[in-house]
Amino acid sequence: MKIIVLVKEVPDTYGDRKLNLETGLADREASEAVIDEIGERALELALTHADANDGTEITVLSLAPEGATARIRKGLAMGAGSAIHVSDEALRGADLGLTAETLAAAIRRVEFDLVITGNVSTDGSGGMIPAMLAELLDVPLATGLSSVAISDGAVSGTRRVESGVQKVSANLPAVISITEALPGPRFPNFKGIMAAKKKPLEMLTLADLGITADNPDAARSIMLTVAEKPPRAAGVKIIDEGDAGEKLADFLVENRLA
Amino acid sequence: MTEFPSDAILVVVETGASGELEKAAPGLFGAAAAVGTPIALVLASPGAGSAAAAEAAALGARRVLIAETPDPSVLGVPSVDALAAAVEQVQPDAILISQSLNGRDLAGRYAARSRAAVSVDAVGVSRDDEGVVAHHSVYGGAYDVTSTSTFGAPVITVRQGSIEARATAQPQDSETLTVPPSGKRAARIDSFDEAVVATSRPELRGAAKVVAGGRGLGSEEQFALVGQLADALGAAVGASRAAVDAGYIPTAHQVGQTGVSVSPQLYVALGISGAIQHRAGMQTAKMIVAINKDGDAPIFEVADFGVVGDVFKVVPQLISALEARKK
Ligand SMILES: Cc1cc2nc3c(=O)[nH]c(=O)nc-3n(C[C@H](O)[C@H](O)[C@H](O)COP(=O)(O)OP(=O)(O)OC[C@H]3O[C@@H](n4cnc5c(N)ncnc54)[C@H](O)[C@@H]3O)c2cc1C
Repeated sequence: MKIIVLVKEVPDTYGDRKLNLETGLADREASEAVIDEIGERALELALTHADANDGTEITVLSLAPEGATARIRKGLAMGAGSAIHVSDEALRGADLGLTAETLAAAIRRVEFDLVITGNVSTDGSGGMIPAMLAELLDVPLATGLSSVAISDGAVSGTRRVESGVQKVSANLPAVISITEALPGPRFPNFKGIMAAKKKPLEMLTLADLGITADNPDAARSIMLTVAEKPPRAAGVKIIDEGDAGEKLADFLVENRLA
Repeated sequence: MTEFPSDAILVVVETGASGELEKAAPGLFGAAAAVGTPIALVLASPGAGSAAAAEAAALGARRVLIAETPDPSVLGVPSVDALAAAVEQVQPDAILISQSLNGRDLAGRYAARSRAAVSVDAVGVSRDDEGVVAHHSVYGGAYDVTSTSTFGAPVITVRQGSIEARATAQPQDSETLTVPPSGKRAARIDSFDEAVVATSRPELRGAAKVVAGGRGLGSEEQFALVGQLADALGAAVGASRAAVDAGYIPTAHQVGQTGVSVSPQLYVALGISGAIQHRAGMQTAKMIVAINKDGDAPIFEVADFGVVGDVFKVVPQLISALEARKK
């Protein structure tokens, strides 16, 4: 079984994230870059499957700026067999459509049974790449899975929607996305980190994939304006001396909130 | 068939388990009416189409196209086929879809198929000389961003519960949409468990007041205190990820970066430290109240009214004080 896991480099949510007010793009200097946690959970799912099933091949795929290679290697250290890093100046600020086209082209170059992604990224919050990939690759799509079972020719899982919980399944090849209900990632151990240095990591550009960033037939999403909101200021803070509940009730009533 | 209005906004809504329209529907029509003429595409389970169309008209749809799914066990693809057929007919200025799981799948697949541009997770829409513009609240509300499409109608997914505007009811004018199947491969829905709504509390998304609890509540039993204060205030119940992970409350209540984003009039944080990922989902609230026994907890940096104290002492007193003031 060949599994491709998509991981995304994002600004660390533990830090202050900034947008460049001129370009509207993420200010990469302002915060540390990390692999989005949900992508690591997706990889963990693939690794757990590989632990129990010999012959499972896992490839980590990421579209990210040049400097991201070190982060992508973390996936190899965790246990993936190979990695593909798509990087190109022309992808700077790529919208979802161009991102999906590029990823689909990279996936088409390798055979796959299953593509696993996170449900939504912490920076873009779009959660649409899996659907776009399924459409472009013409394979079934099962998103937002909070439990997953992978068998030889099929994948199944539970999918929570507004009115209840679905049990869904799909024949392979397929694209799935997972939620953070799935287990967090394992830590790469020393052996894994050493082994990662020898594992194949392929670098690809748009030219390698036969994609042009400015295809006139495709509409692109563009940012028109970006404005920073002033940070919130702290208000009053009282220490409970046995009457804080009363004081808080007064505050809520005064502000017509109770 | 008569022409569709030239300023048509195609609003896509789906029916739930009992045939009712999704909860985001009123906000979607409200947003659409402010920038054009709302035309509905109702994605309905078999037999639910005409009742759902009446509901859509009552919410402001000038005309309704009904697409009942031929086989409800097919996941997603029939909705995409229906949307492609509807866009062909309506030629809208923009397409509005909920940023729900199904909505994201639909928008993503449709955009990839038609090479349209998507504006995701919008909290509002407006119109300028060139067309419809989406408004976004980025990085936990730290930035306001607007976006649109280079050409063609943008596909805009709208954050659930983010639109307060409502459209005026319209007389029902509906027709069945003919949908040529694309034959694209799809996953199957093998079974479905309907969620039983056991509470009369408001929905978290879009709630005017939210009382949220964190790991500081200590156990599932003690988390009941959060619900008691919520009921005293008429609020929805939220939670931190740590409280969800500890099993105090189901995931649907998680507020934050990877949970629900809320912007209520009042947000009360009980036993929540205020990690940056939690704040990302609530710091646009009008008024924030926090109770935490650690005076250095970061939640106090964004609280309008902070109480350094024990939730198990302060909250019961607050509830009885609120009850006393009501009398
Ligand atoms: C990618 C990513 C996404 C994340 N997404 C989210 C998200 O969506 N939502 C979210 O909430 N978190 C999210 N987190 C997790 C976040 O970093 C924190 O771990 C989490 O918010 C902590 O929850 P908490 O405040 O309940 O727990 P803690 O940080 O453990 O805080 C508990 C608080 O309770 C107080 N306390 C204890 N007992 C009492 C008492 N008796 N009375 C009063 N106070 C008391 C303590 O002083 C402490 O401040 C995310 C993390 C990552 C990496």
